[in-house]
Amino acid sequence: MSVPALEVVDLSYHYPDGTEVLRNAGFHIHPGERVALLGPNGAGKTTLVFHLNGIFRPDSGSVIVAGLPLDDEHVKEIRRRVGIVFQDPDDQLFMPTVGQDVAFGPANYGVEGAELQTRVNDALSAVGMLDVAGRPPHHLSVGQRRRVAVATVLAMKPEIVVLDEPSSNLDPASRRELADILTSLDITMLMVTHDLPYALELCPRSLVMNEGSIIADGSTRQILSDRELMKANRLELPLGFDPNLTL
Amino acid sequence: MSGTHTHALFVHGHSHLHRLPASTKLGALGLFVLAVVLTPRESFWAFVVHAVLILSAMWLAGLKPGFVAKRLVIEIPFVLFALFLPFVAGGDKLDVLGLSLSIEGLWGGWNIVAKGTLGLAASIVLTATTTVPDLLSGLERLRVPRLITSIAGFMVRYLDVIAGEMHRMRLAMLSRGHDPRWIWQAKAYATSAGALFIRSYERGERVYYAMTARGFAGQMPTFDAERATATEWMGALLLPAVAWTAVAVAVLA
Ligand SMILES: Nc1ncnc2c1ncn2[C@@H]1O[C@H](COP(=O)(O)OP(=O)(O)OP(=O)(O)O)[C@@H](O)[C@H]1O
Ligand SMILES: [Mg+2]
Repeated sequence: MSVPALEVVDLSYHYPDGTEVLRNAGFHIHPGERVALLGPNGAGKTTLVFHLNGIFRPDSGSVIVAGLPLDDEHVKEIRRRVGIVFQDPDDQLFMPTVGQDVAFGPANYGVEGAELQTRVNDALSAVGMLDVAGRPPHHLSVGQRRRVAVATVLAMKPEIVVLDEPSSNLDPASRRELADILTSLDITMLMVTHDLPYALELCPRSLVMNEGSIIADGSTRQILSDRELMKANRLELPLGFDPNLTL
Repeated sequence: MSGTHTHALFVHGHSHLHRLPASTKLGALGLFVLAVVLTPRESFWAFVVHAVLILSAMWLAGLKPGFVAKRLVIEIPFVLFALFLPFVAGGDKLDVLGLSLSIEGLWGGWNIVAKGTLGLAASIVLTATTTVPDLLSGLERLRVPRLITSIAGFMVRYLDVIAGEMHRMRLAMLSRGHDPRWIWQAKAYATSAGALFIRSYERGERVYYAMTARGFAGQMPTFDAERATATEWMGALLLPAVAWTAVAVAVLA
């Protein structure tokens, strides 16, 4: 078997105010996989995402990225390898122009000059946003911002991209465009989402999280068809949507 | 919703003035304003020279006089103050249409209005021909510390976001029967100011996480702003050079 791209072992975490959020969460993802992380509000999905590149450190358990354990020695390298696309693009795009924002990550890793320019252009082209490089992020639509946010992460040439609710606040057309972009990227992906049809379309495999633990792991179609499991975890398909009839 | 106000000062265009690197325009503005400030208030002709310089810059940039005039209105409080001076200042008096005006006050008022208008008009020409990101990188080129340019950048970037949050909170209050006309409802404003502070603080925290996630370790990266050529500097400095010549002649003559 290959080395997992991402391995999460027995992760537990509580916020400083005492809220226990992660309870022995564990799973692993292999290179090239696209995996959805499903679960109700407050399950701890976002908190888990913050652990994947060391923004938060666990009370116990460990995160291993392509064989590298997440510790002080490797945290910088792991932040390059694990790209996180935040839920709100306004949190992610903080530089005066789109181009500078995309350059921010690689520049922090010492990429400069022509090489940096190539990185920025490639990343922006991959999401179809090359023409807005000189614009300030607040002049873009939400859908465009989300795409630029993906580009900021791609520019770092990550091995795995983690997206927190990528389809939220997008109109149907933007949601579709983003799906096309995400499937066109040849990259390992973990996608947190409440949008179950989106998960089915983009991710062959799903994890279900509730109360801080991973309680199901399997094919997305199977999970979405399991009424008991769905009900117990407050997961609901849109009215009339049958996971076995699509695709 | 997204920021029209950050665009309010900039006028899209392709003039030579638009294309000059921001650093040279900032340098030229600084030197020009200094020349204006140092111009002796009695040298009317020197003020005419300055005004002609500004008008030619406006013409070069393709700015309409109405655009600049409209943006000059922020000057009105100073103009009012200047109008006040001849009545209140002491010293020799001059009788005009039965009003007794202080000569010193007249000079003082003229000085404020003339220099204020020229300086402001020059700044308007700069901001109309330079985008905010270019201004920031221009400042950086002129060795303004990166900490300051970064903070200014964050401010510009998040002004809209925070204004949007404030707007949504206001709507939420109004839609639940808040009526700001009544003084006893002021408490709602105080509370919402607190909530806005918390939200902005949390936003800052998330932005910081996002920066950390992309390898930020306390040092903002620099991006090479376009380096101005000698020709570009010469072109930009032509304007303050003429202004300084006028000042030199006025002072020495
Ligand atoms: N900064 C914090 N301090 C204390 N508790 C927090 C903090 N952030 C989140 N929590 C709590 O941790 C729990 C999990 O939150 P988290 O944001 O990880 O959930 P989530 O699965 O991402 O939910 P959603 O689907 O709504 O985004 C929630 O009960 C939340 O109230
Ligand atoms: Mg979340």
